[in-house]
Amino acid sequence: MSVIIILLLVSISIAGGFLIAFFWSVNDGQYDDDTSPAQRILFDNKKINTNKK
Amino acid sequence: MNQEKFYYDNKIPRLFAIACIFWGTVGMLLGVIAAFQLAFPVLNFSEYMPYLTFGRLRPVHTNAVIFAFVGNGIFTAVYYAIPRLLKTPMWNRALSLIHFWGWQFIIVCAAVTLLMGYTTGKEYAELEWPIDILITIIWVVFGINMFGTIFTRRERHLYVAIWFFIASWVTVAMLHIVNSFEIPVSFMKSYSWYAGVQDALVQWWYGHNAVAFFLTTPYLGLMYYFLPKAADRPVYSYRLSIVHFWSLIFLYIWAGPHHLLYTALPDWAQSVGTAFSIMLILPSWGGMLNGLFTLRGAWDKVREDPVLKFFVVAVTCYGMSTFEGPMLSLKNVNAISHYSDWTVAHVHIGALGWNGFMTFGMMYWLIPKLFNAKLYSRKLASAHFWIGTLGILLYAIPMYWSAFRSYFMMKAFTPSGQLEYEFIDVVQTVVPFYVIRAVGGTIFLIGVFLMIYNLIKTAQSGDFVESEEASAAPLVKEYTAPKNSIWHSLIERKPLLLLVLSLIVVGIGGLVELIPTFLVKENIPTIASVKPYTPLELQGRDIYIREGCYNCHSQMIRPFRYEVTRYGEYSKAGEFVYDHPFQWGSKRTGPDLARIGKKYGDSWHFNHMLEPTSMAPGSIMPSYPSMYENTIDKVSTNSKIHAMRKMGVPYPDGYEAIANQDLEKQAMQITKGLKENKIEIASDKEIIALIAYLQRIGTDIKLEPKK
Repeated sequence: MSVIIILLLVSISIAGGFLIAFFWSVNDGQYDDDTSPAQRILFDNKKINTNKK
Repeated sequence: MNQEKFYYDNKIPRLFAIACIFWGTVGMLLGVIAAFQLAFPVLNFSEYMPYLTFGRLRPVHTNAVIFAFVGNGIFTAVYYAIPRLLKTPMWNRALSLIHFWGWQFIIVCAAVTLLMGYTTGKEYAELEWPIDILITIIWVVFGINMFGTIFTRRERHLYVAIWFFIASWVTVAMLHIVNSFEIPVSFMKSYSWYAGVQDALVQWWYGHNAVAFFLTTPYLGLMYYFLPKAADRPVYSYRLSIVHFWSLIFLYIWAGPHHLLYTALPDWAQSVGTAFSIMLILPSWGGMLNGLFTLRGAWDKVREDPVLKFFVVAVTCYGMSTFEGPMLSLKNVNAISHYSDWTVAHVHIGALGWNGFMTFGMMYWLIPKLFNAKLYSRKLASAHFWIGTLGILLYAIPMYWSAFRSYFMMKAFTPSGQLEYEFIDVVQTVVPFYVIRAVGGTIFLIGVFLMIYNLIKTAQSGDFVESEEASAAPLVKEYTAPKNSIWHSLIERKPLLLLVLSLIVVGIGGLVELIPTFLVKENIPTIASVKPYTPLELQGRDIYIREGCYNCHSQMIRPFRYEVTRYGEYSKAGEFVYDHPFQWGSKRTGPDLARIGKKYGDSWHFNHMLEPTSMAPGSIMPSYPSMYENTIDKVSTNSKIHAMRKMGVPYPDGYEAIANQDLEKQAMQITKGLKENKIEIASDKEIIALIAYLQRIGTDIKLEPKK
């Protein structure tokens, strides 16, 4: 069952990568505001260009 | 603040959307055909050609639905949503186009090669090594384009949908690379680097996470973008969505072994898989409730808007599937469901309900936006909704029913301790359910055609918006990170892109070196009587793989009285050390074959493969007349033996040179035996190799007849 070592290495490195990403996102202030991101995606620039060929 | 002007490119999302719908239709049509084949074997057309038998068609169906339909659905969402969420166009248009055409090319290659019988024999990873490499390249192109966009964004906050896309990309890359480790034998043939139990574990680690990170997390990203947009209200709880994301990705990767409960996989690994699978219910249901609660106070809109109707049922199906999944991971439930139609029902609730309806909802919302038009007919879309829902029900209910019926039949003993039913009795009982299931699938597909008509009409009534102008302030570069500035400086700018890519390269390189070292030693048999396959058996095994026998036959007897009595001694881990790839299977449409060797005579197999109903009246297995025409590919014997030895299978040195002599000798023996039974056949036909293999399976362990 030595393949389990490979799977563990891969799985833990993926999980570790996600952990780093998680710490980064918290430190970066990604989650300081947990209300406005949900609202913001609803507003698009309404200006529409129809550039026809 | 100075505003920058830029344009969103709508042509790429349109291309992906068209591809998604096109391949979706193809994939579902193949599914319908495969479903009818199980009820009416004549539809295998195997008297005319070998290309359309169930064993070859089913992998095309599954691959088409997963990677072509859902794949293009994911890319549609990514290429539409990411620029808008990050206020920047996609990083590089050329990469977008390479990604699109590369992916479609892969799909065509996949369909053609699978029908031709080129397969690795590992479910959902059937594609042969040149295509695997192509997939890796295109996936990296996609990654560069996506991360390039993220690093040039004008919006600092990464909306939760983007996190789901990132996690999906990273994990799928790893899964694909690790599971695709194979040693090429020729241009379109390779052997898995892993053998037996190890191969099974890697395969289902991959298989489960393909469900997780290809069918689930990217579609959750899609849900978090398109559901709020369609409802025009923010997601119920953004905080919950963040918790949902991080907890889900940390748990998913460990759940794979639940596909191998009661098999020869070590018990502790099974228990780990079960434990994580149960935990998964929490984040999954958190996500489902977050989706549904987004519509709180807007249920009147759901009544009106077909887009929201689709989303509601999709999210509900997600909830049902992610409740069912953990339940199926309980060993006592799994004892019933494994190898049965229950699993098939379970995945189709996910595929038809969750992925299908999410995609349909997205298309009904997106196409009018792209073409600056109103949806041609809401009524027709509603009709599609109801037809689709009916299709799902008609598909799933008969499958659940047949699963339980066959379970109770399989385990029934007469008072004198004999099995009450033959396997063929069970097959005949479930065939009517297969018919209803196929009808359910057909109805679902009819709904898709309604959608296509509706969307074409919508597109015709509007004008395609090639690009949309937008403007936003650039990202302030001198953002002062709170305290911990290491991460910030390390990650904020382009270097991260480099870091990610170099990590991938290092990862691949490291694995290339690690895997052989780790695995070759493992093939020293723990059961002394287990020997490598003879050259003829090896060739026969490759024919078994080519024809996709594993789609309907398992080779793994679980330690239950009703299995041991029916099939023979339960399977041991040590029996599979030379099996590159493993062929345990996941579904028993036909009986288990782990102890088929020497159970019947050669002539039985000869007649059975030519006309299954002649030996087993009522059988739904296709016939394989082409095996009686084609000759064994002896040229490949040399490189096959060589490859096997490289992976630690103990063929003596220089055996390649004489392997074909042994092959011919054994083939002559079999033909001679057949002749005694008045069957005339040349000894170089494929059927001889297949018989040799079938007669070998499970015979290495000599069993004392127990009384």
